Amino acid sequence: MATLTDVRPAGTKQLDGSTPRRRIVARPAAWLVWGAVIFFFVNLLGVIGSVIVSSFGQRWFDTWVPDGYTTKWYGQAWSEFALLQVITVTLEVSLLVVALSLVIGVPAAYVLARRSFPGKRIIYLVFLLPILMPPITYGIPLATVLYKFGLAGHLSGVVLANLVPSVPFVILTMTPFIEQIDPRIESAARMCGAGLRSVFLSVLAPLLLPGILASAILVLVRTVGMFELTFLTAGPDSQTLVVALYYSMSAAGIRAQQSVDAMAVIYTSMMLVLLVVALRYVNPTQLVARVKEEPQP
Amino acid sequence: MTSPPTAPPAGRPRSPRAHWQHRLAERGIDRQLWLLVPALLFVVLLFLYPFFYGLGLSFQPTKGGPFSDYARFFGDAYERDTIWITLRIALPAAVLNVVASVPIAYRMRGRFRGKRLITILLVVPITLGTVLTAQGLLNFLGPTGWFNRVLLALHLADEPVRLIHNYWGVFFSLIITGFPFAFLLVLSYLSGIDPTLERAAATLGAGWWQRFRTITLPLLMPGLATTFCLTFVLAFSVFPSAVLVGNPAGETRVISIAAYQAAYEQYDYPYASAIAVIMGVVELVIIALVLAARSRLYTGSTGGKG
Repeated sequence: MATLTDVRPAGTKQLDGSTPRRRIVARPAAWLVWGAVIFFFVNLLGVIGSVIVSSFGQRWFDTWVPDGYTTKWYGQAWSEFALLQVITVTLEVSLLVVALSLVIGVPAAYVLARRSFPGKRIIYLVFLLPILMPPITYGIPLATVLYKFGLAGHLSGVVLANLVPSVPFVILTMTPFIEQIDPRIESAARMCGAGLRSVFLSVLAPLLLPGILASAILVLVRTVGMFELTFLTAGPDSQTLVVALYYSMSAAGIRAQQSVDAMAVIYTSMMLVLLVVALRYVNPTQLVARVKEEPQP
Repeated sequence: MTSPPTAPPAGRPRSPRAHWQHRLAERGIDRQLWLLVPALLFVVLLFLYPFFYGLGLSFQPTKGGPFSDYARFFGDAYERDTIWITLRIALPAAVLNVVASVPIAYRMRGRFRGKRLITILLVVPITLGTVLTAQGLLNFLGPTGWFNRVLLALHLADEPVRLIHNYWGVFFSLIITGFPFAFLLVLSYLSGIDPTLERAAATLGAGWWQRFRTITLPLLMPGLATTFCLTFVLAFSVFPSAVLVGNPAGETRVISIAAYQAAYEQYDYPYASAIAVIMGVVELVIIALVLAARSRLYTGSTGGKG
């Protein structure tokens, strides 16, 4: 994994910028590649589209499209699954996780970016571990411990469990960002008599704001979509949308398929709104990992 | 915390306490490190402690000696096979995701119109997650879904192909969420390779295949290894889609289902912890193998940023 501060040869950008745009129509190999991409997208569209179409369908059995269209499933899903409460919980959990992980993560990222001290590598590795491990492996012991202390089964348990991957994520996205800021700015502020607190609040915070915003949005998207940890720790009244969706799906047959689809569409549109917001501030690649794409010339 | 770290004035330290502070500060330990404490406390309390608690619990089964839960897992074929089932789903899915990403990313590096649109579209399935993908696959690949309708209409199949509630349903869900993830990573590694190297080879008369095989691929390999590891971790912990589009009682009873059932259906936490430990060990072994192979590769400055 590279950091955001990778230095690339200075000539690369100019060469890239001056070459004409790549032709799209080319050799058979290119056709094959584009064919595969288009096939993937057609199927993806089918997967998402069939959920959306089904949620508006009156009845849909053995035909290409439903018999008629209606919006009644949304009303039904809204009342049957108590979606207002579920969405409120989802927002509460996500915002709490974002706020707490920033408060805990940013100072740690600052120290890790600026200082060298004995044991730094080990500490960095410990922060990396929760991201590398699959949530189920540490989620089950974590849920056991949280239940032991009576924290799981309600909101606090869900928030605590979701913090486990979020705090390291904030640290890992913020560290390279802080490294980019010239330390001389802080030294200058120190020389002018600023204490640590005022250095943080009036010098670093404004400079870090774009980075903080980006990692906050990434944590938000990941938390709303996080299934495993929430699933393992949530009680009946602390389910987030994705967990409620899972339960309604695994109890299929009791309710109409379409009302489950309607709930899935509500979840999808919530995620898409978040995604549109996120993409205004961050590079698409950052949503999956901490690797920066080629800088835009 | 509010005052800057106090550096004692040069000369003789005034008190033993200041003396120690000075000695520690020379090694990089001073009061600023307190900023690290909340995060460390958090990792220790919520990650390391539960981890070791689970590890300890797995050696204290409800009955039998310390290793009896492990013996129980490996003695029961129904449980033991979950390892093999998980690997049989996760490894091909991870390999396919990485291998398919390479030619597509190779074609798409550099700039062209619509590149940002494609990357944005690829992020969509990742953010939607496995639960929604499962719901979509049930509709789309089902016996009366659009996919089978197209196959029937084109006379590619005589009867609907069974693609859900079995191995293939889970496999497709892993491709749909895993491929974009692998692709975006490979694309960023590829863009990290200095394109002038390939141009130099081209001026010396190397064809595209030669350029790819002897220049780009060796530089990309470390990145591919990292991508494989991350994709494999995602695929290995498959849970919701294995339950929803798979056949959770048989063909796709992956190890995370076994762990979940032990914990939440039998309430046997020691046994569940033992399964979670086994799951972690199996995964770490495969990642260690890949990373060991990776350490033999070139990871220099112009390589993909693996």
